[in-house]
Formats: sequence, structure tokens, C-alpha cells
Amino acid sequence: MNQRSSNLLDEALGLDQAIEPWPLRGRVVAIEDRVETSGSFVLHHLLKRSLSPNSSNVSVLIAFSQPFSHYDRILRKLGCNLVSQRDNGRFFFFDMLKLQCTVGDEGMTPGGGLIALYGKTHKTISALPEIRRKNVSIIIDDLSLMEVAAKGSSDYVLDFLHYCRTLTSEFNCSLITLNHEDIYSIEDGCTFLLQMEYHTDILIKVEPLATGLAADVHGQLTVSNKGRNKASNFHFKVKENVVECFYPGRNRD
Amino acid sequence: MATAKTRTSSFCRNLSSAAPSLGPGLKCGPNGMVFLSSGIPDLDKVLGGGFPLGSLVMVMEDAEAPHHMLLLRNFMAQGLIHGQPLLYASPARDPKGFLGTLPSPAASKDDKSREPDPHQEKGLRIAWQYKKYFGENQLNFDGQRDGKHEYSNEFDLRKPLERHLIIGQRIDCVSIQDSSDLSTLQDRCATFLSQLPRNDGSISCAGRITIQSFCAPQCAYSNMEWEMLSFIRSLKSMIQSSNSVAIITFPPSLLSPSFGKRWQHMADTLLSVKATQDEDKELAQLITGYQDMVGFLNVHKVARINTQVPVILEATTFSIKLHKRRYLVIECLNQAPVDGSSGASYGTSGSCSSSSKTGNLDF
Repeated sequence: MNQRSSNLLDEALGLDQAIEPWPLRGRVVAIEDRVETSGSFVLHHLLKRSLSPNSSNVSVLIAFSQPFSHYDRILRKLGCNLVSQRDNGRFFFFDMLKLQCTVGDEGMTPGGGLIALYGKTHKTISALPEIRRKNVSIIIDDLSLMEVAAKGSSDYVLDFLHYCRTLTSEFNCSLITLNHEDIYSIEDGCTFLLQMEYHTDILIKVEPLATGLAADVHGQLTVSNKGRNKASNFHFKVKENVVECFYPGRNRD
Repeated sequence: MATAKTRTSSFCRNLSSAAPSLGPGLKCGPNGMVFLSSGIPDLDKVLGGGFPLGSLVMVMEDAEAPHHMLLLRNFMAQGLIHGQPLLYASPARDPKGFLGTLPSPAASKDDKSREPDPHQEKGLRIAWQYKKYFGENQLNFDGQRDGKHEYSNEFDLRKPLERHLIIGQRIDCVSIQDSSDLSTLQDRCATFLSQLPRNDGSISCAGRITIQSFCAPQCAYSNMEWEMLSFIRSLKSMIQSSNSVAIITFPPSLLSPSFGKRWQHMADTLLSVKATQDEDKELAQLITGYQDMVGFLNVHKVARINTQVPVILEATTFSIKLHKRRYLVIECLNQAPVDGSSGASYGTSGSCSSSSKTGNLDF
């Protein structure tokens, strides 16, 4: 049932067929959302797919936004038990809620905190047994808060992402990030977003409909998959245990 | 199925543990959320119960009108009625003075705004307005008990809050005008919240933090955009692990657009208030009861904790009225019947969903 309903999203990402290696391996996926339409459900969906029982993927969630209990409850409803995955060494949760990179604080520079974070991530992945290291997903929720933690030095954040991308080549990790598109529009320079998008293999935009919000259609997804040279656009409705995706005008897939 | 520590299966209902005992002014909601009241029963209904503990509420002010203070007064007074500790920060020199303007709960049922007046005029009531009163009739029958034990009170803005509720309560007032950086405020918040840690189990007491006009220009730190954001982020993370709710009001026109959006994303619940123009003939024709309105309240975002399903409201724009100039009332907008139409009544009760296209009339 889950497989069928999310087919459009999985199709666009190449996840609809259970093939080895995992289609998102070594890829950079960027989710961009807005105030009106939150994109966290895409993150939850990808996390769930990554932790599916018939694979040995490992996921590292770097959470700036919500505590563990929040993700735990949501993923439970999606059919994924984060606590047991964590106990089995398939899921790692980095709680970054309180990360503060204050200048002059015991020599911690804004970059220092992020360097330490990268070190921790690298160490965690290197410490995995060989067999688990095949498919690792690094998920960041979300990048705008990482910028706040770095006190606005987006250079440090870009550096961090660059280092994470080396992980995608060294270990074939996939990097999945969430950011807010409406922050970077207009004058303040969309350089950060553009740089992110430049390096992205798969860009998922979560936007409201042009006509506003509705109870039956929560918004539209636009998936641009550079690897497959494909772009898809469809509507979605988020439920507790599934995301329904359908083409405009149709009720379901 | 792999076992978690407290449950046998992901899908079984947690019937074994009884509902945790909650202190005054708190109630349980779906997804393990616990709510406290905003102090405005109408708003609680719109938001699906109230403000969830551990959430950050942000209110975008109208820089030319003080309507956000109406929301704050009710919010703070509600907390004091329930004995919930309060931290209040404002750009004023002496924030304590504001406490004297907090309202008292409405005296008795007879004085209340929603008299069964509609019943007398039932015959004259236009059908499409009836929906507005349906929910209220149910509210009246809910058994009005002693004010203290109610989850949410109606407040009489003409009656000041009794002194004994203000003195001797845990109230911490902070003036943010002179702080060049936000470390003092952050420390005060941290101290305040350390008294209200969240642990699984009963919640004896919840706290309320109110920060008014956070980026007001008279505050020394107001041009330090990243510092303010950093403060909000650390406040939010502290709130998430405590049993409190924080409200921050701010005038978005004083922030650069990009930072304004960042602030909006930070909020779990996002509201905005706007004053009505004194002489707006177009709107006066379009909406009934326009003369009684003092402003608009927009609900942009509703807190989604422990769930990924967004809340889509039937209407996101509401009118703020002062009933009898004493009671704050939030109502759906009612479209007035159009004159000279061919008999079809415009029977929608203002179901205005927000649209990305903003026209002249921003519903």
C-alpha cells in the first residue's frame, strides 16, 4: 500500500525499483520548501526508504531543527522504528539543537563547531563495518539553521557541505539536505542557494499551489533529476502514515 | 517486530499508561501534545486546542497599531490565573508597568459576550450566519465552573487583574532596551526554563515566556540580525526540552525580507495582526460588522509537533473585535449579502484560504 501511493515520488527519484546499488548512492539531494509548505515530509519519506528492512543502509541524521522524539513519533506512524534502528547501528542521530558556535568561546570559531561536526560524521562512518558502509545517507535538517549556528558565515556551511561531498565520493554516501527557498530570494543574494543547487544531483521543490492552500491538495512537488535528465511535477497530500502523490486533477495515482 | 523499551509494538495503542496528570490550565491533545490556552477561547478553537508545550509562537505586529498587545495581555493573564510562572521581556524601561494592564476574567456568565441573544432573534437570523453561533451555543452549555479550573477564560479588558494574582507569583520582568547583546536575556530565559524541565510523566506546572517587539529599534541589539536569530534558535531549543510556551512579537517591516522569512520559519505557530483602516468603504461593504472590527488576525502556520501532517484551516483570516469594548473576540469573516443580486445568497461564511496572489483586498 505504501509502495503504491508514493510511487510518483519514488519514481521520480528512481526508488520505485528495488535495485542494487541504491539509486541515491553517491548523490546529493536537496529539498527546498517554503513557509506555506513544509518539506520535512520528504525528508521523513527518504529516511524511511533508507531504513527499509530489505536493505542494509545506514542513515546519519544531523538535526538542527527538532529533537529525537519528534522524528521518532513521525517515523513510527510511517512504519519505521527509529529506536530499534538506532540500537541496531543503522541509524545515528546527531542532536545539534544546542550547537552554538560563538566566537572566542574557548577558541571555538564558527567554523570550529562545524569542523568538529564533520569530524564526528567522518568518524562515525569510518567506524561502520565494511558491509554497512555500502550505502550511507547523511541527512541534514536543516541548512538554514546550520547557517544560524555558524552565525551567518555561510562560507563555513558551504565548506562543511563540500567536505560532506567528499564523503559521497570516498564512501559513496548520499547527502540529503533540507533548506528554505523563500529565504534566499531577492536582494540578499541567492548565492548560497545557487551554489547548493549547482552541486545538487536531485532537486526537490515543495511549493504551494498557485491558487493557495487546500484541504485535499497540500501543494506541489517538482523533482529535477539531473542524473536521469528528467523533471516531474505532481501534487501531494501528506497524511500521518503516507504521502499521497498524484497528477493534477486526479484523486490518486 | 523489534521492541522498543516502553512499547511492545509500534502500532499498539498506549493504553497501559494512564494519561499523565496535568497541572491547572493544561490539557492533552493528539500526538502526545499538551496544550495551554492562549487566553482567547476563539483562538484556541482555531488552533485546535491552544499552544502546545515546547512550541514557539511568533506574532507579526502591525507597526502602526498595538493590537498584538491585546493578544499578549490575554496570554499573560491566562497564565497568571493558572499560577503558571511568567517571564516578560519588553523594550520598555519598566516592563512591570504593563502588568497593571492585564485583564481579569469576565465576572459571570451573565456578563459574558455570548448571551443567548441570537435565540430571541432566531426568527430574524439570516440562515448563513447561523453557523457562526452553533459552536458557541455548545460552549455555553459546557458548564461554567469556577474560573480557576477552566482551561481557558474570557477576559474583561475593562477590569484589571486582581493584585494578589500578580504579587507573589513567579513573574520575571526583563527590559531589553539597553542590552547591547542578548546574553542577559538568554541567561534569564535559561534560568526560568530550568525550573520547568520536561520529563516523561506528569506535568505539574507549565511556564510562559513573552517577548514583546523583539526587534524594536530602541533596543541596542536590533541591528545585529544574526545575533537575534541565534537567540531565537537557542530559545527554541530550550523551549523544546521544557514545559513552556514562548511568544515573540515583532514588527516584520523592521527586518530585511530575507531575515523576516528566517524568523517566520523559526516559528512553530505563526500569527499576524493588522489594524483595520478607519475609513475603508470597500471593506465595509464587503464584510458585515466591519465597524465593530479593530483588526485582522491571520493564522499563517499552526504548530506541527510529533506529526508531519499540515493543518489546513478553512479560513486563515479572522476579525478581531472588542465586544462591548470589553471582550476580545476572534471571528470568522462574514461576507455581506450583495445588494441587487438575482436572489442567490452568497452563503459562504468567509472561507478565505490564503492565496499566493495578493489582491487589493488581502483575504
